[in-house]
Amino acid sequence: MLASFKRVIKSGFLSFKRNFSLNISTIFVVFLAVSLVSFIFFLNLFSRILISDIEKRVDISVYFKEDAPSEKILSIKDEISKLEDVEKIEYVSADETMEKFIEKYKNDETIMESLKEIEKNPFYPSLNINAKTAQGYENIVNYLNKSVPQELIAKIDYFERKPVIDKIFSITSTVNKGGLVFGILFSIIAILAGFNTIKIAIENLKQEIETMRLVGASNWFIRGPFLVQGIIIGFFAILLSLIMIFILFGYFDGKIKSIEPSFSLMSLLFDNFGKLILLQLIVGVGLGIIASSFAIRKYLKV
Amino acid sequence: MINLNNVTKIYSSRFKNNEKIALKGVSFNVNQSEFVSLVGKSGSGKTTLLRLILGEEKPTEGKIYFEGTDLTKIKPAHLYKVRRRIGTVFQDYKLFPTKTTRENIAYVMEVMGASDEEINRDVEQILDIVGLKDRADSFPDELSGGERQRVAVARALIHRPDIILADEPTGNLDPYNTLEIVKLLLKIHEMGKTIILATHNKELVNYLRKRVVTLEDGRIIRDEEKGRFIL
Repeated sequence: MLASFKRVIKSGFLSFKRNFSLNISTIFVVFLAVSLVSFIFFLNLFSRILISDIEKRVDISVYFKEDAPSEKILSIKDEISKLEDVEKIEYVSADETMEKFIEKYKNDETIMESLKEIEKNPFYPSLNINAKTAQGYENIVNYLNKSVPQELIAKIDYFERKPVIDKIFSITSTVNKGGLVFGILFSIIAILAGFNTIKIAIENLKQEIETMRLVGASNWFIRGPFLVQGIIIGFFAILLSLIMIFILFGYFDGKIKSIEPSFSLMSLLFDNFGKLILLQLIVGVGLGIIASSFAIRKYLKV
Repeated sequence: MINLNNVTKIYSSRFKNNEKIALKGVSFNVNQSEFVSLVGKSGSGKTTLLRLILGEEKPTEGKIYFEGTDLTKIKPAHLYKVRRRIGTVFQDYKLFPTKTTRENIAYVMEVMGASDEEINRDVEQILDIVGLKDRADSFPDELSGGERQRVAVARALIHRPDIILADEPTGNLDPYNTLEIVKLLLKIHEMGKTIILATHNKELVNYLRKRVVTLEDGRIIRDEEKGRFIL
Protein backbone atom coordinates (compact mmCIF):
# COMPACT_ATOMS: atom_id res chain seq x y z
CA MET A 1 0.00 0.00 0.00
CA LEU A 2 2.79 2.41 0.98
CA ALA A 3 4.78 1.37 -2.10
CA SER A 4 1.75 2.09 -4.30
CA PHE A 5 1.26 5.47 -2.59
CA LYS A 6 4.89 6.36 -3.24
CA ARG A 7 4.51 5.25 -6.86
CA VAL A 8 1.44 7.45 -7.33
CA ILE A 9 3.32 10.47 -5.92
CA LYS A 10 6.40 9.72 -8.03
CA SER A 11 4.29 9.18 -11.12
CA GLY A 12 2.53 12.53 -10.54
CA PHE A 13 5.86 14.37 -10.31
CA LEU A 14 7.22 12.55 -13.35
CA SER A 15 4.12 13.32 -15.45
CA PHE A 16 4.29 16.95 -14.35
CA LYS A 17 7.93 17.12 -15.48
CA ARG A 18 7.32 15.35 -18.79
CA ASN A 19 4.18 17.32 -19.63
CA PHE A 20 5.82 20.57 -18.53
CA SER A 21 5.06 22.57 -21.67
CA LEU A 22 1.36 21.63 -21.36
CA ASN A 23 1.43 22.36 -17.64
CA ILE A 24 2.91 25.85 -18.09
CA SER A 25 -0.30 27.14 -19.66
CA THR A 26 -2.37 25.47 -16.91
CA ILE A 27 -0.13 27.02 -14.21
CA PHE A 28 -0.57 30.41 -15.86
CA VAL A 29 -4.38 30.21 -15.86
CA VAL A 30 -4.50 28.93 -12.26
CA PHE A 31 -2.02 31.70 -11.34
CA LEU A 32 -4.44 34.25 -12.85
CA ALA A 33 -7.35 32.72 -10.92
CA VAL A 34 -5.41 32.68 -7.63
CA SER A 35 -4.13 36.23 -8.18
CA LEU A 36 -7.56 37.58 -9.07
CA VAL A 37 -9.12 36.02 -5.97
CA SER A 38 -6.23 37.39 -3.83
CA PHE A 39 -6.67 40.82 -5.42
CA ILE A 40 -10.39 40.76 -4.59
CA PHE A 41 -9.52 39.65 -1.04
CA PHE A 42 -7.29 42.71 -0.57
CA LEU A 43 -9.74 45.01 -2.32
CA ASN A 44 -12.38 43.88 0.14
CA LEU A 45 -9.94 44.48 3.01
CA PHE A 46 -9.07 47.99 1.76
CA SER A 47 -12.71 48.91 1.35
CA ARG A 48 -13.46 47.66 4.87
CA ILE A 49 -10.58 49.70 6.32
CA LEU A 50 -11.74 52.76 4.39
CA ILE A 51 -15.37 52.30 5.40
CA SER A 52 -14.44 51.75 9.04
CA ASP A 53 -12.29 54.91 8.91
CA ILE A 54 -15.17 56.95 7.47
CA GLU A 55 -17.60 55.51 10.00
CA LYS A 56 -15.25 56.37 12.84
CA ARG A 57 -15.35 60.00 11.78
CA VAL A 58 -19.12 60.06 12.22
CA ASP A 59 -20.27 60.86 15.76
CA ILE A 60 -22.89 62.72 17.75
CA SER A 61 -22.29 65.07 20.68
CA VAL A 62 -24.43 65.47 23.77
CA TYR A 63 -23.83 68.91 25.32
CA PHE A 64 -24.57 69.31 29.02
CA LYS A 65 -25.52 72.52 30.78
CA GLU A 66 -22.65 74.38 32.40
CA ASP A 67 -23.92 73.64 35.90
CA ALA A 68 -24.18 69.88 35.27
CA PRO A 69 -21.74 68.21 37.71
CA SER A 70 -18.94 66.32 35.99
CA GLU A 71 -19.47 63.29 38.32
CA LYS A 72 -23.06 63.07 37.08
CA ILE A 73 -21.92 63.33 33.42
CA LEU A 74 -19.32 60.59 34.00
CA SER A 75 -21.94 58.29 35.53
CA ILE A 76 -24.19 58.93 32.48
CA LYS A 77 -21.16 58.09 30.29
CA ASP A 78 -20.74 54.76 32.11
CA GLU A 79 -24.43 53.96 31.61
CA ILE A 80 -24.35 54.81 27.88
CA SER A 81 -21.15 52.83 27.29
CA LYS A 82 -23.05 49.70 28.41
CA LEU A 83 -25.45 50.02 25.43
CA GLU A 84 -24.60 47.51 22.70
CA ASP A 85 -25.01 50.10 19.94
CA VAL A 86 -22.09 52.14 21.31
CA GLU A 87 -18.75 51.72 19.60
CA LYS A 88 -16.87 54.47 21.49
CA ILE A 89 -17.73 57.19 23.99
CA GLU A 90 -15.57 60.07 25.17
CA TYR A 91 -16.09 62.76 27.82
CA VAL A 92 -14.78 66.24 26.94
CA SER A 93 -14.93 68.86 29.71
CA ALA A 94 -15.72 72.52 28.96
CA ASP A 95 -12.14 73.46 29.85
CA GLU A 96 -10.69 70.90 27.44
CA THR A 97 -12.94 72.21 24.65
CA MET A 98 -11.82 75.74 25.46
CA GLU A 99 -8.14 74.75 25.35
CA LYS A 100 -8.57 73.03 22.02
CA PHE A 101 -10.46 76.02 20.63
CA ILE A 102 -7.76 78.46 21.76
CA GLU A 103 -5.05 76.23 20.31
CA LYS A 104 -6.88 76.13 16.98
CA TYR A 105 -7.65 79.85 16.70
CA LYS A 106 -4.76 81.37 18.62
CA ASN A 107 -3.63 83.31 15.55
CA ASP A 108 -7.07 84.71 14.79
CA GLU A 109 -7.20 87.99 16.67
CA THR A 110 -10.92 88.64 16.09
CA ILE A 111 -11.92 85.31 17.61
CA MET A 112 -9.47 85.69 20.50
CA GLU A 113 -10.80 89.22 21.21
CA SER A 114 -14.40 88.01 21.20
CA LEU A 115 -13.48 85.22 23.60
CA LYS A 116 -11.91 87.71 26.00
CA GLU A 117 -15.02 89.89 25.89
CA ILE A 118 -17.27 87.02 26.97
CA GLU A 119 -15.08 86.66 30.11
CA LYS A 120 -16.22 83.16 30.85
CA ASN A 121 -15.98 79.70 29.23
CA PRO A 122 -18.68 79.66 26.55
CA PHE A 123 -18.34 75.90 25.92
CA TYR A 124 -20.39 73.08 27.39
CA PRO A 125 -19.06 69.81 28.72
CA SER A 126 -19.98 67.07 26.27
CA LEU A 127 -20.02 63.37 25.48
CA ASN A 128 -18.88 62.40 21.97
CA ILE A 129 -20.43 59.09 20.94
CA ASN A 130 -19.65 56.75 18.03
CA ALA A 131 -22.29 54.14 17.25
CA LYS A 132 -21.81 50.86 15.38
CA THR A 133 -24.60 51.53 12.88
CA ALA A 134 -26.79 54.40 11.67
CA GLN A 135 -29.74 52.84 13.53
CA GLY A 136 -27.51 52.75 16.61
CA TYR A 137 -27.43 56.56 16.76
CA GLU A 138 -31.20 56.69 16.84
CA ASN A 139 -31.30 54.11 19.67
CA ILE A 140 -28.71 56.04 21.67
CA VAL A 141 -30.65 59.32 21.22
CA ASN A 142 -33.87 57.57 22.32
CA TYR A 143 -32.06 56.32 25.41
CA LEU A 144 -30.75 59.83 26.16
CA ASN A 145 -34.25 61.29 25.85
CA LYS A 146 -35.86 58.67 28.06
CA SER A 147 -33.26 57.79 30.69
CA VAL A 148 -31.15 60.91 31.22
CA PRO A 149 -32.59 63.85 33.22
CA GLN A 150 -33.41 66.40 30.53
CA GLU A 151 -32.60 69.36 32.80
CA LEU A 152 -28.90 68.37 32.52
CA ILE A 153 -28.84 68.30 28.70
CA ALA A 154 -28.31 71.52 26.78
CA LYS A 155 -28.37 70.07 23.30
CA ILE A 156 -27.96 66.87 21.22
CA ASP A 157 -26.63 67.55 17.72
CA TYR A 158 -28.03 64.31 16.26
CA PHE A 159 -30.94 65.82 14.34
CA GLU A 160 -28.71 68.25 12.40
CA ARG A 161 -26.30 65.43 11.59
CA LYS A 162 -28.90 62.71 10.89
CA PRO A 163 -29.09 63.23 7.08
CA VAL A 164 -25.28 63.10 6.79
CA ILE A 165 -25.03 60.03 9.05
CA ASP A 166 -27.75 58.22 7.11
CA LYS A 167 -26.09 59.08 3.79
CA ILE A 168 -22.66 57.86 4.90
CA PHE A 169 -23.99 54.58 6.28
CA SER A 170 -26.08 54.06 3.15
CA ILE A 171 -23.02 54.59 0.92
CA THR A 172 -20.80 52.29 2.98
CA SER A 173 -23.48 49.62 3.00
CA THR A 174 -23.81 49.86 -0.81
CA VAL A 175 -20.02 49.67 -1.21
CA ASN A 176 -19.91 46.62 1.06
CA LYS A 177 -22.67 44.83 -0.82
CA GLY A 178 -21.30 45.85 -4.24
CA GLY A 179 -17.83 44.67 -3.24
CA LEU A 180 -19.21 41.33 -2.13
CA VAL A 181 -21.16 40.80 -5.38
CA PHE A 182 -18.18 41.95 -7.48
CA GLY A 183 -15.85 39.71 -5.50
CA ILE A 184 -18.04 36.63 -5.77
CA LEU A 185 -18.71 37.21 -9.49
CA PHE A 186 -15.06 37.64 -10.46
CA SER A 187 -13.96 34.81 -8.20
CA ILE A 188 -16.44 32.51 -9.94
CA ILE A 189 -15.19 33.61 -13.38
CA ALA A 190 -11.55 33.07 -12.35
CA ILE A 191 -12.28 29.68 -10.79
CA LEU A 192 -14.30 28.51 -13.81
CA ALA A 193 -11.49 29.52 -16.18
CA GLY A 194 -8.96 27.59 -14.08
CA PHE A 195 -11.31 24.64 -13.75
CA ASN A 196 -11.87 24.39 -17.50
CA THR A 197 -8.18 24.69 -18.33
CA ILE A 198 -7.31 21.76 -16.05
CA LYS A 199 -10.27 19.81 -17.40
CA ILE A 200 -9.23 20.36 -21.03
CA ALA A 201 -5.62 19.42 -20.20
CA ILE A 202 -6.80 16.11 -18.73
CA GLU A 203 -9.27 15.46 -21.54
CA ASN A 204 -6.29 15.54 -23.91
CA LEU A 205 -5.05 12.51 -22.02
CA LYS A 206 -8.34 10.65 -22.44
CA GLN A 207 -6.76 7.81 -24.40
CA GLU A 208 -4.02 7.31 -21.84
CA ILE A 209 -6.56 7.14 -19.01
CA GLU A 210 -8.56 4.54 -20.93
CA THR A 211 -5.41 2.49 -21.52
CA MET A 212 -4.61 2.64 -17.80
CA ARG A 213 -8.04 1.17 -17.14
CA LEU A 214 -7.63 -1.54 -19.78
CA VAL A 215 -4.30 -2.75 -18.43
CA GLY A 216 -5.78 -3.18 -14.95
CA ALA A 217 -5.17 0.07 -13.05
CA SER A 218 -7.65 0.69 -10.25
CA ASN A 219 -9.50 4.00 -10.15
CA TRP A 220 -7.36 5.53 -7.42
CA PHE A 221 -4.13 4.45 -9.16
CA ILE A 222 -5.29 6.40 -12.22
CA ARG A 223 -6.67 9.37 -10.32
CA GLY A 224 -3.73 9.68 -7.92
CA PRO A 225 -1.01 10.99 -10.29
CA PHE A 226 -3.45 13.51 -11.79
CA LEU A 227 -4.35 14.78 -8.34
CA VAL A 228 -0.64 15.07 -7.50
CA GLN A 229 -0.10 17.01 -10.72
CA GLY A 230 -3.07 19.24 -9.88
CA ILE A 231 -1.56 19.97 -6.46
CA ILE A 232 1.86 20.74 -7.97
CA ILE A 233 0.24 23.09 -10.50
CA GLY A 234 -1.65 24.78 -7.65
CA PHE A 235 1.56 25.23 -5.63
CA PHE A 236 3.44 26.76 -8.56
CA ALA A 237 0.51 29.10 -9.25
CA ILE A 238 0.41 30.14 -5.57
CA LEU A 239 4.18 30.67 -5.47
CA LEU A 240 4.07 32.90 -8.56
CA SER A 241 1.09 34.81 -7.20
CA LEU A 242 2.83 35.39 -3.84
CA ILE A 243 5.97 36.66 -5.57
CA MET A 244 3.84 39.08 -7.60
CA ILE A 245 1.91 40.26 -4.51
CA PHE A 246 5.13 40.88 -2.54
CA ILE A 247 6.67 42.84 -5.43
CA LEU A 248 3.53 44.96 -5.93
CA PHE A 249 2.94 45.57 -2.21
CA GLY A 250 6.62 46.43 -1.69
CA TYR A 251 6.49 48.88 -4.59
CA PHE A 252 3.28 50.64 -3.50
CA ASP A 253 4.05 50.54 0.25
CA GLY A 254 6.48 53.47 0.03
CA LYS A 255 4.19 55.46 -2.24
CA ILE A 256 1.18 55.09 0.08
CA LYS A 257 3.28 55.87 3.17
CA SER A 258 4.28 59.19 1.61
CA ILE A 259 0.55 60.10 1.44
CA GLU A 260 -0.69 58.39 4.63
CA PRO A 261 2.26 57.58 6.96
CA SER A 262 0.10 55.61 9.41
CA PHE A 263 -0.92 53.07 6.74
CA SER A 264 1.44 50.25 5.74
CA LEU A 265 0.62 47.90 2.91
CA MET A 266 3.30 45.45 4.01
CA SER A 267 1.86 45.32 7.55
CA LEU A 268 -1.56 44.69 6.03
CA LEU A 269 -0.04 41.83 3.99
CA PHE A 270 1.75 40.28 6.97
CA ASP A 271 -1.28 40.69 9.27
CA ASN A 272 -3.45 38.82 6.77
CA PHE A 273 -0.83 36.41 5.43
CA GLY A 274 -2.40 33.34 7.05
CA LYS A 275 -5.80 34.11 5.58
CA LEU A 276 -4.25 34.86 2.18
CA ILE A 277 -2.35 31.54 2.10
CA LEU A 278 -5.46 29.65 3.16
CA LEU A 279 -7.52 31.35 0.44
CA GLN A 280 -4.84 30.67 -2.18
CA LEU A 281 -4.54 27.03 -1.14
CA ILE A 282 -8.31 26.61 -1.37
CA VAL A 283 -8.42 28.20 -4.83
CA GLY A 284 -5.12 26.93 -6.28
CA VAL A 285 -4.83 23.43 -4.88
CA GLY A 286 -8.60 22.99 -4.55
CA LEU A 287 -9.01 23.82 -8.23
CA GLY A 288 -6.35 21.27 -9.16
CA ILE A 289 -7.95 18.52 -7.09
CA ILE A 290 -11.59 19.18 -7.96
CA ALA A 291 -11.06 19.85 -11.68
CA SER A 292 -8.83 16.75 -12.04
CA SER A 293 -11.37 14.58 -10.24
CA PHE A 294 -14.23 15.82 -12.39
CA ALA A 295 -12.30 15.45 -15.64
CA ILE A 296 -11.09 11.92 -14.90
CA ARG A 297 -14.40 10.69 -13.50
CA LYS A 298 -16.09 10.23 -16.86
CA TYR A 299 -13.19 8.14 -18.23
CA LEU A 300 -13.25 5.79 -15.27
CA LYS A 301 -16.53 4.27 -16.34
CA VAL A 302 -14.92 2.31 -19.19
CA MET B 1 -11.84 -20.55 -19.22
CA ILE B 2 -13.89 -18.15 -21.32
CA ASN B 3 -17.47 -18.82 -22.19
CA LEU B 4 -19.64 -16.69 -24.47
CA ASN B 5 -23.29 -17.60 -24.29
CA ASN B 6 -25.55 -16.33 -27.08
CA VAL B 7 -23.87 -12.91 -27.14
CA THR B 8 -25.33 -10.10 -29.21
CA LYS B 9 -23.86 -6.63 -29.46
CA ILE B 10 -25.74 -3.84 -31.19
CA TYR B 11 -24.31 -0.35 -31.51
CA SER B 12 -27.15 2.11 -31.72
CA SER B 13 -26.75 5.70 -32.73
CA ARG B 14 -29.02 8.56 -31.75
CA PHE B 15 -31.06 7.77 -34.83
CA LYS B 16 -33.15 4.66 -34.22
CA ASN B 17 -32.94 3.40 -37.78
CA ASN B 18 -29.16 3.50 -37.72
CA GLU B 19 -28.27 0.45 -35.64
CA LYS B 20 -25.22 -1.67 -36.32
CA ILE B 21 -25.24 -5.31 -35.32
CA ALA B 22 -21.65 -6.16 -34.44
CA LEU B 23 -22.30 -9.63 -33.01
CA LYS B 24 -25.40 -11.77 -33.21
CA GLY B 25 -26.01 -14.85 -31.03
CA VAL B 26 -22.34 -15.76 -30.66
CA SER B 27 -21.55 -18.72 -28.43
CA PHE B 28 -18.15 -20.33 -27.97
CA ASN B 29 -15.74 -21.57 -25.32
CA VAL B 30 -12.01 -21.09 -24.97
CA ASN B 31 -10.23 -23.62 -22.80
CA GLN B 32 -7.11 -23.25 -20.68
CA SER B 33 -3.87 -23.20 -22.76
CA GLU B 34 -5.73 -22.97 -26.03
CA PHE B 35 -4.55 -20.86 -28.97
CA VAL B 36 -7.56 -19.48 -30.85
CA SER B 37 -7.37 -17.36 -33.97
CA LEU B 38 -10.41 -15.19 -34.65
CA VAL B 39 -10.54 -14.47 -38.34
CA GLY B 40 -12.85 -12.57 -40.60
CA LYS B 41 -13.12 -9.51 -42.77
CA SER B 42 -12.97 -6.02 -41.31
CA GLY B 43 -16.24 -5.34 -39.49
CA SER B 44 -16.97 -9.03 -38.95
CA GLY B 45 -16.96 -8.57 -35.14
CA LYS B 46 -13.44 -9.74 -34.11
CA THR B 47 -12.47 -6.60 -32.23
CA THR B 48 -15.92 -6.28 -30.64
CA LEU B 49 -15.57 -9.81 -29.33
CA LEU B 50 -12.22 -9.00 -27.71
CA ARG B 51 -13.59 -5.75 -26.27
CA LEU B 52 -16.45 -7.69 -24.68
CA ILE B 53 -14.05 -10.19 -23.09
CA LEU B 54 -11.98 -7.28 -21.74
CA GLY B 55 -15.10 -5.66 -20.29
CA GLU B 56 -14.57 -2.57 -22.44
CA GLU B 57 -18.10 -3.06 -23.74
CA LYS B 58 -21.19 -4.73 -22.34
CA PRO B 59 -23.18 -7.11 -24.57
CA THR B 60 -26.67 -6.07 -25.59
CA GLU B 61 -27.80 -9.64 -24.90
CA GLY B 62 -26.18 -12.81 -23.63
CA LYS B 63 -23.59 -13.68 -21.01
CA ILE B 64 -19.80 -13.71 -20.91
CA TYR B 65 -18.03 -15.75 -18.24
CA PHE B 66 -14.36 -15.50 -17.31
CA GLU B 67 -13.50 -18.54 -15.19
CA GLY B 68 -17.08 -18.68 -13.99
CA THR B 69 -17.42 -14.96 -13.26
CA ASP B 70 -20.20 -13.21 -15.16
CA LEU B 71 -18.46 -10.17 -16.72
CA THR B 72 -21.78 -8.52 -17.53
CA LYS B 73 -22.52 -8.20 -13.81
CA ILE B 74 -19.21 -6.72 -12.65
CA LYS B 75 -19.29 -3.02 -11.72
CA PRO B 76 -16.91 -0.84 -13.81
CA ALA B 77 -14.92 0.07 -10.69
CA HIS B 78 -14.14 -3.62 -10.09
CA LEU B 79 -13.29 -4.63 -13.65
CA TYR B 80 -9.59 -4.03 -13.01
CA LYS B 81 -9.48 -7.28 -11.00
CA VAL B 82 -10.39 -9.27 -14.13
CA ARG B 83 -8.20 -7.16 -16.40
CA ARG B 84 -5.15 -7.92 -14.27
CA ARG B 85 -5.57 -11.54 -15.26
CA ILE B 86 -5.64 -10.63 -18.95
CA GLY B 87 -2.75 -9.38 -21.08
CA THR B 88 -3.88 -7.30 -24.03
CA VAL B 89 -1.98 -6.41 -27.18
CA PHE B 90 -3.74 -3.59 -28.99
CA GLN B 91 -3.52 -3.00 -32.71
CA ASP B 92 -2.62 0.64 -32.13
CA TYR B 93 -0.22 -0.37 -29.30
CA LYS B 94 -1.79 2.03 -26.77
CA LEU B 95 1.58 2.87 -25.22
CA PHE B 96 1.93 5.79 -22.82
CA PRO B 97 3.74 8.48 -24.83
CA THR B 98 5.42 10.11 -21.83
CA LYS B 99 6.77 6.83 -20.44
CA THR B 100 9.89 5.04 -21.62
CA THR B 101 9.84 1.42 -22.86
CA ARG B 102 10.86 0.24 -19.39
CA GLU B 103 8.19 2.37 -17.68
CA ASN B 104 5.46 1.31 -20.12
CA ILE B 105 6.17 -2.35 -19.37
CA ALA B 106 6.61 -1.80 -15.63
CA TYR B 107 3.30 0.08 -15.32
CA VAL B 108 1.22 -3.12 -15.29
CA MET B 109 3.29 -4.55 -12.44
CA GLU B 110 3.14 -1.25 -10.58
CA VAL B 111 -0.65 -1.19 -10.63
CA MET B 112 -0.62 -4.73 -9.24
CA GLY B 113 1.54 -3.62 -6.32
CA ALA B 114 4.69 -5.62 -7.18
CA SER B 115 7.88 -4.67 -5.34
CA ASP B 116 10.61 -2.63 -7.04
CA GLU B 117 12.92 -5.66 -7.00
CA GLU B 118 10.34 -7.85 -8.73
CA ILE B 119 9.61 -5.16 -11.30
CA ASN B 120 13.28 -4.56 -12.11
CA ARG B 121 13.99 -8.28 -12.41
CA ASP B 122 10.95 -9.12 -14.56
CA VAL B 123 11.25 -6.07 -16.82
CA GLU B 124 14.89 -6.89 -17.57
CA GLN B 125 13.88 -10.47 -18.35
CA ILE B 126 11.02 -9.51 -20.68
CA LEU B 127 13.12 -6.86 -22.41
CA ASP B 128 15.58 -9.63 -23.17
CA ILE B 129 12.82 -11.91 -24.51
CA VAL B 130 11.36 -9.23 -26.84
CA GLY B 131 14.85 -8.02 -27.81
CA LEU B 132 14.45 -4.45 -26.63
CA LYS B 133 17.18 -4.19 -24.00
CA ASP B 134 18.97 -1.47 -25.91
CA ARG B 135 15.70 0.49 -26.34
CA ALA B 136 14.69 0.35 -22.68
CA ASP B 137 15.00 4.08 -22.09
CA SER B 138 13.49 5.22 -25.39
CA PHE B 139 10.08 6.87 -25.59
CA PRO B 140 7.43 5.38 -27.94
CA ASP B 141 7.89 8.11 -30.55
CA GLU B 142 11.56 7.10 -30.79
CA LEU B 143 10.67 3.50 -31.64
CA SER B 144 9.73 1.85 -34.95
CA GLY B 145 6.31 0.23 -35.45
CA GLY B 146 7.75 -3.24 -34.84
CA GLU B 147 9.52 -2.11 -31.67
CA ARG B 148 6.36 -0.49 -30.35
CA GLN B 149 4.42 -3.67 -30.98
CA ARG B 150 7.05 -5.66 -29.10
CA VAL B 151 6.74 -3.23 -26.18
CA ALA B 152 2.96 -3.80 -26.29
CA VAL B 153 3.51 -7.58 -26.27
CA ALA B 154 6.00 -7.28 -23.40
CA ARG B 155 3.51 -5.18 -21.43
CA ALA B 156 0.82 -7.79 -22.03
CA LEU B 157 3.09 -10.57 -20.70
CA ILE B 158 4.99 -8.99 -17.83
CA HIS B 159 2.44 -9.80 -15.14
CA ARG B 160 2.09 -13.43 -16.21
CA PRO B 161 -1.61 -13.20 -17.13
CA ASP B 162 -3.83 -16.27 -17.53
CA ILE B 163 -4.86 -15.22 -21.02
CA ILE B 164 -3.51 -13.00 -23.81
CA LEU B 165 -5.88 -11.08 -26.08
CA ALA B 166 -4.11 -9.88 -29.21
CA ASP B 167 -6.00 -7.61 -31.59
CA GLU B 168 -4.30 -7.51 -34.97
CA PRO B 169 -0.85 -7.50 -33.34
CA THR B 170 0.83 -7.68 -36.73
CA GLY B 171 -1.51 -5.32 -38.53
CA ASN B 172 1.04 -2.51 -38.85
CA LEU B 173 4.15 -4.66 -39.22
CA ASP B 174 6.35 -5.73 -42.11
CA PRO B 175 6.80 -9.51 -42.79
CA TYR B 176 10.01 -9.71 -40.73
CA ASN B 177 8.46 -8.11 -37.62
CA THR B 178 5.26 -10.13 -38.15
CA LEU B 179 7.29 -13.33 -37.95
CA GLU B 180 9.05 -12.08 -34.82
CA ILE B 181 5.72 -11.40 -33.08
CA VAL B 182 4.30 -14.77 -34.18
CA LYS B 183 7.33 -16.59 -32.79
CA LEU B 184 6.90 -14.65 -29.57
CA LEU B 185 3.23 -15.61 -29.29
CA LEU B 186 4.04 -19.26 -29.93
CA LYS B 187 6.75 -19.14 -27.29
CA ILE B 188 4.23 -17.73 -24.80
CA HIS B 189 1.70 -20.36 -25.76
CA GLU B 190 4.28 -23.09 -25.15
CA MET B 191 4.55 -21.73 -21.61
CA GLY B 192 0.91 -22.78 -21.16
CA LYS B 193 -0.79 -19.44 -21.75
CA THR B 194 -4.20 -19.11 -23.39
CA ILE B 195 -4.14 -16.88 -26.44
CA ILE B 196 -6.96 -15.35 -28.45
CA LEU B 197 -5.63 -13.72 -31.58
CA ALA B 198 -7.83 -11.56 -33.79
CA THR B 199 -6.35 -11.17 -37.24
CA HIS B 200 -7.08 -11.01 -40.94
CA ASN B 201 -3.58 -12.16 -41.83
CA LYS B 202 -4.14 -15.35 -43.84
CA GLU B 203 -0.47 -16.45 -43.91
CA LEU B 204 -0.14 -16.03 -40.17
CA VAL B 205 -3.20 -18.17 -39.39
CA ASN B 206 -2.20 -20.88 -41.84
CA TYR B 207 1.34 -20.90 -40.40
CA LEU B 208 0.06 -21.35 -36.83
CA ARG B 209 -2.16 -24.39 -37.56
CA LYS B 210 -4.21 -23.81 -34.38
CA ARG B 211 -7.95 -23.54 -33.73
CA VAL B 212 -9.58 -21.05 -36.09
CA VAL B 213 -12.93 -19.36 -35.41
CA THR B 214 -14.25 -17.57 -38.48
CA LEU B 215 -16.65 -14.66 -38.11
CA GLU B 216 -18.84 -13.14 -40.78
CA ASP B 217 -21.32 -10.31 -40.23
CA GLY B 218 -21.22 -10.84 -36.48
CA ARG B 219 -21.85 -14.59 -36.58
CA ILE B 220 -19.55 -17.59 -36.19
CA ILE B 221 -19.62 -19.42 -39.51
CA ARG B 222 -16.79 -21.89 -38.85
CA ASP B 223 -14.93 -23.23 -35.81
CA GLU B 224 -12.17 -25.76 -36.61
CA GLU B 225 -9.28 -27.33 -34.73
CA LYS B 226 -6.03 -26.88 -36.67
CA GLY B 227 -8.07 -24.88 -39.11
CA ARG B 228 -7.13 -22.70 -42.04
CA PHE B 229 -8.07 -19.21 -43.05
CA ILE B 230 -10.95 -19.67 -45.48
CA LEU B 231 -13.27 -16.84 -46.47
